[in-house]
Formats: sequence, C-alpha cells, structure tokens
Amino acid sequence: MVLPGEEVPAQGLKPGFGTYRSRDDGKIYASVMGLLSPRPPFVRVIPLSGRYIPQRDDMVVGIIQAVGPTYWLLDIRAPHFTPLHMTGTPWQMEYGECGEYLRPGETVIVRVEGIDEQRRIGVSMNGPGLGKLEGGYVVEISPTKVPRVIGKSGSMIQMIQQDTGAKLVVGQNGRVWIDGDNDQIRRVREVLALIDREGQKVGLTDRVKALLDTQAGRTPQHEEYDRPTRDSGDGGSEEVHDGSPPRPPKGEVQGPTYFEEGQEFEEETQHG
Amino acid sequence: MGSIGAKDVPQLLDANGRRIDGRGLEDLRPLRITAGPLQQAEGSAFVEWGDNKVMAAVYGPREVHPRHLQQTTKAVVQCKYNMAAFSVDERKRPGLDRRSQEISKVIAEAFESVLFVEEYPRTSIDIYIEVLQANAGTRCAGVVAASVALADAGIPMVDLVPAVAVGKVAGTIVLDLKKEEDNYGEADLPMALVPRSGRLVLLQMEGHMTRDELKRSLDLGVTGCKKIYEVQKQALRDRYAVSAPSAGAEVAA
Repeated sequence: MVLPGEEVPAQGLKPGFGTYRSRDDGKIYASVMGLLSPRPPFVRVIPLSGRYIPQRDDMVVGIIQAVGPTYWLLDIRAPHFTPLHMTGTPWQMEYGECGEYLRPGETVIVRVEGIDEQRRIGVSMNGPGLGKLEGGYVVEISPTKVPRVIGKSGSMIQMIQQDTGAKLVVGQNGRVWIDGDNDQIRRVREVLALIDREGQKVGLTDRVKALLDTQAGRTPQHEEYDRPTRDSGDGGSEEVHDGSPPRPPKGEVQGPTYFEEGQEFEEETQHG
Repeated sequence: MGSIGAKDVPQLLDANGRRIDGRGLEDLRPLRITAGPLQQAEGSAFVEWGDNKVMAAVYGPREVHPRHLQQTTKAVVQCKYNMAAFSVDERKRPGLDRRSQEISKVIAEAFESVLFVEEYPRTSIDIYIEVLQANAGTRCAGVVAASVALADAGIPMVDLVPAVAVGKVAGTIVLDLKKEEDNYGEADLPMALVPRSGRLVLLQMEGHMTRDELKRSLDLGVTGCKKIYEVQKQALRDRYAVSAPSAGAEVAA
C-alpha cells in the first residue's frame, strides 16, 4: 500500500494512474492512497477510494436528475452530470417528449460511449442489456469494489443470486440494482455491505458464504471446510488480497457488467 | 473574564524551560488522527490535538455551485472553516466572520497548489472544516484534518500536508502554541508544509520576531511538521489495515 507523496519504485517504468513524476527530482511518487500495481510500461496505483472515473464501454447504473427537451441529465457518480440524448435510446420520440419516457429519480443502465479532454461524458442506452430498470432497489458501494462483487468469472454474483433468489445488475460505477422481494433485497444489501467493507481482504468468498448461510438459517460450515485450501494457496495470511487489480487498467476494453442468471460471465479479475 | 492586567499574565515558561503544560520548547501536544469517521462524506478525518477537536469532510470532485465559479481548465477548491458556537469559552457568534473567511481562503489556496486540479476540469472540490473545540492552532489542525480527508476521498495530490504553529513565548521560540501561549505570547507563526518538496503552502504571522528568530522558527516548524506527517500517514494506514508484508511483496514482484 502506498500513500500520496510516497516514492514508487519505478525501475524504468512510466508514471500511470495514481502516480506522477516530480519536476524537482524526476522520481515517481504516488498521488493517491492505494495498492501498487506495476503493469509495464506503466507503474500505477489502484485507488482504495474515490469517485467513479468513467471509461469507455463501462456499463453504469444512472439515476435521472433532470429532463431537457431532447436529453436527460444522469447521475452516474462521475464528477459531472451526464447527458443522455434521446437519439441514444431505443425509442422513437419527438422533441419535448423526454419526460414521457423517463422521469427524475428513475434508474437506467447505460454504456459510456466516450469521454473528451474536457471530461464530457457521452452515454447510450442502445445495446443488449441496456435500458430502463423497472422497480427494484439501488445500493451504492465503492466503485473499486465492483470486481469483488462480480468475482472470478462472475462466481460471486452467481452465488449471491442463486442463494438469495434476487436478481442483480452491477454497474461499473459501484451502483447495484437489486430486484426481488423485501427479504431478498435485505439479504443482498447485507452481503454488499460486507463486500464493500472487507473486499480488499483475503477469504472474502468464505465470509460471504458464511453470511448467506447465517441469513438462511443454515449452520455456516464452509469456513472450516475451505480453510486448508486457502491457507496453502496464499501463505496462510488473513490479510490483504493478492493484489489483483480492483478493475482492469485504463484503456482496456472491459467485459459486460450486466448480469442475469444463467448468463455467461467474462473474467473480471485475475487471481494470484 | 476580568480585566487583563500584568498580574493576570500566567508564567509561560518556568526556570527549567518547562512550558505551562509541562512540555519542552520543541514538544508537540498529543495528536490523534482518525481517518474516515463520516459515512456521508467522500473523505473525512477527525483530529484531536491537545485540546483541539477538529472534523474535516471532503466532497467532490463534483458540479460547481454557484455555477459562475466553474473553471474550464481545472477544478476549483472551496473551503469552509467554521467554529462551533460551543468551541470556545465564551459563546462564539455562529456564522461567517472575517477571521473564518480569511482562514477558509488561505486553506483553500494551500490545497489548490497541492491537488492535481487540472485532472478535474469544471468541477469543485469542497472541504469543510468544523472546529468543535478550540485551543489555539485550529487552522493548522484544520489543514492536518483536511489533508487526511482529501487522501481518504481519493483525490490525487502531490503529498499530504502537515501543519503546525511556531511562536515566541516569554522571549523564546517554541513549537505548537496552546491557548495561553497564543494569547499572551509575542508571536504566532502558523505554517503548512509539503514534506516531499520542502515547500511551504501556508505561512502567516502575527506579532513580532527578529529575522534570526523567524529563521529558527521556520526550521523548528518544518521539524514539527515532519512528526505530524508520520501521524497522518499512520491514520490512513490504520483506516484500511492493509499489512506491510503484502505491500512489500508487491513492490518486489
């Protein structure tokens, strides 16, 4: 873990996300608090906190903030509100009709089409898995914990969905839309709170399993059963996770973030 | 409080060079920093420093309000320093006054030079500093708290910013003034340092000092800041309790 102002061992690498090169001495320092993750030719820091930084092809859950004549303004947890133009929707509509389709407070899932130098964001609702999210419940977690909610090849999200019976949509911006009855939503919220709190530690899957078992009134047994495998796997420490990046590096195309039961999942994280 | 005559002035230094609270000349008051106590804010920190208690909360980068302050090439840094009505002996009249406006301004400017504001054009980074209990040096405590809160909020910065006041008390240069020393001392010199580059981003002075005393004060302040810097870093580490061995392993890989 590095803190802002701490020198980063560069070894000929260029400063990537979360780092900068000093004009005083030419060395590379961290600019955010996070986990060091060299990825040649860049050395970068995966932040432990911070706002969602939109990247092309991210699927994000947005909330309508305002309605214009030809567009809506969305809150996608980025530094700015994001316009969704009516041409970016699957609907045939006329000037001034936006309010008839989406109203403030309603939830949509959209894809980030691009960001310019002024950090203006373009989003679209055209595409598979995109559209308005009817009903359900939205929970916010840290955007850096999103790959933990999804898990290796979607294992975590599958486990949560199968055990609780709720349906989840996870946006890269750390908003999770939950559809189910009140009890199912309550259980998923507890699980998400656990992941948000302890997502950077090893043995997360076991703890989520134990929580799901406790919720369902089963005796937690996975903990004991899984321990030998885990200990041999990562040296037996009950500490930090293995340093796998919380999200793929900048510029890399990411897999879909929209998940339904039975759907195939793209690998989101590389486990050591 | 009665009239302040000469006989009311407490003895600020005893014969052995001990201060009013028993500290040595170059000792800091006990400092404790808690990172991330607030749920609502994107970053927060609580600083207990001697009898000071200061909470800082950071929001943003987010949309600028009021809109006309927006800058197209960089983020604006807005700071609000406020003292609670109950923070001092006699009730402080709540709300903006000249002193709090000045402190807000100098703290905002200090952080503007430390944060990578160009990374977030057309946004605002908002720092709120609430002084719950005051005992001299609250602007420094505010800077210390705000700096940890900004790091907790994940906003990119050159370095954490420690701050401390040096002063002249009974003709002697001392570190980290407490209330009586501030009130009855000869000079007060708050400063905020960027330890990595050695640059000062905040420096104010009240009272009188010779050129030589000023020089020595600056050196003493920098030494003090470096101690505070370590406490700030530890506070952030404790927040995530990420173990050192694993981080070391990553460096080696």
